[in-house]
Amino acid sequence: MSLEFFIVTFVKIALLLFVLLTACAYSTYMERKILAYLQNRVGPSYAGPFGLLQPLADGLKLIFKEDIVPDRVERITFALAPVVSFIPAMLVFAVIPFSSEFDLFGLLPSATEGVISDLSIGVLFIFAVTSLGVYGLVLAGWSSGSKYSLLGGIRSSAQMISYEVGYGLSIVGVVLVANTLSLTEIVSLQSGSLFNWYIFKQPLGFMIYIVCGIAETNRAPFDLAEAESELVAGYHTEYSSMRFSMFFISEYANMLAVSAVAVTLFFGGWAGPFLPPIFWFLIKILAFMFVYIWLRATFPRFRYDQLMNFGWKVLFPLALFNIMLTAAWELYKNS
Amino acid sequence: MNLDSIIFIVSAAVTLFGAVMMIMQRNPVASVLYFILSLVAQAVLYVQLGALFVGAVLIIVYSGAILVLFLFVIMLLNLRGDEDLGAPSAPVSQLTKYVVSIGIVAEFAFVIWSTVFSSSISTGIIAGASENFGSTEQVARLLFGRYLYPFELTSILLLAAIVGAVVIARKENKDEIEAEAAAKATADEVTG
Repeated sequence: MSLEFFIVTFVKIALLLFVLLTACAYSTYMERKILAYLQNRVGPSYAGPFGLLQPLADGLKLIFKEDIVPDRVERITFALAPVVSFIPAMLVFAVIPFSSEFDLFGLLPSATEGVISDLSIGVLFIFAVTSLGVYGLVLAGWSSGSKYSLLGGIRSSAQMISYEVGYGLSIVGVVLVANTLSLTEIVSLQSGSLFNWYIFKQPLGFMIYIVCGIAETNRAPFDLAEAESELVAGYHTEYSSMRFSMFFISEYANMLAVSAVAVTLFFGGWAGPFLPPIFWFLIKILAFMFVYIWLRATFPRFRYDQLMNFGWKVLFPLALFNIMLTAAWELYKNS
Repeated sequence: MNLDSIIFIVSAAVTLFGAVMMIMQRNPVASVLYFILSLVAQAVLYVQLGALFVGAVLIIVYSGAILVLFLFVIMLLNLRGDEDLGAPSAPVSQLTKYVVSIGIVAEFAFVIWSTVFSSSISTGIIAGASENFGSTEQVARLLFGRYLYPFELTSILLLAAIVGAVVIARKENKDEIEAEAAAKATADEVTG
């Protein structure tokens, strides 16, 4: 491990964090703007041209707001919860390959891999990290000392535990086809032609993945954790100022993470013609973010028992069926 | 003192710290949190041994699933560590406490003593690990080959435990449910 390795890795981490946090901020702008057009409104338009400075204004406003900590909270856990939900959302990007080899326009001494760490168990790392994200919600709900927060926390943790099963199993199909757990290898196996993308080999797996991914991020139509009419704002009811905005940022970072994993596993990652790889990666992620917002504008919220029944009685058996089918096909092909 | 040793010492210390704090807490949520801290540090130790798969599975299964369910139950019961624990137990069981703990300490002391002073492992922290120790492939070969039957039996055991839990938790029979509903209805009538 040379000094060069540390510097290059540090540069990559800094760049990725900068892009990621900016992307989180502008996802909120994108969401408000697209939702507005889908509902025949204009959306944010005062701050800067086309309202482009709106995320900046929102961020500044949140920083300057008073940080209110209610009397009945468990202080340490209350302070810890936003951080706990923020870190796993960021960590996922450590193993996502975002580009082919690059040298940053000659700024780096030699070409380097377009991923922070090419783990041999990248897929498992993603499971491990996303499964930790639920603690943020649980702790926030429990430590707030408010019944709305507690109910919201219980609801969302039950939801995330249930859908994590389908989420994990839906990816097993891809791993069986690719025969590797390394995300870099999975991307390179999909390069070359459009029909190498695993969406064509694992259509059922992808459908299960995207439904579970949306449920995992607590987004509409599965946003029962923050069903306003029943629970005020769910687990983050008692949070304000920067603590609240950390939950907000981690929600968007989680959406970006689910999109990035979907792009990497099913849509060929950074592979694509003409444009530089990083652009293809961003374009594909943007397309996924658009789908997220589109779904929010289209579907009403599920009822809670429907959500649980769907997760355990439909998605779970379907995911198992997909694994058995894929495994049987691979065995047949290799014999 | 190279980087590997520093990482080992730090994560080993955090593992022990988390484990000790876990059993010293009155608040069950704090206990679970210290347990998670200890597990994450343990995962670092496994990764350092080159057993990436084992480390990842430790996080996924324990921190990601089992302990979430622990927290979930604690939340549902709304335990905050200030519950009344009842009268202190009888003197006989007070005695067993000391006997058992002294026994365990003696056992650990023996294990540590015999490991540290045996010549085979004293050469270094990770000297014993083979090339693909704990890799996905090696674990899979053992799990689905040599240890297939124990593995399947374990899952049957877990299934039996789940069925048992459901049987204990559900209401005994229809009469009981109806009696309870009737009692609730009268109570509602009384309170108006």
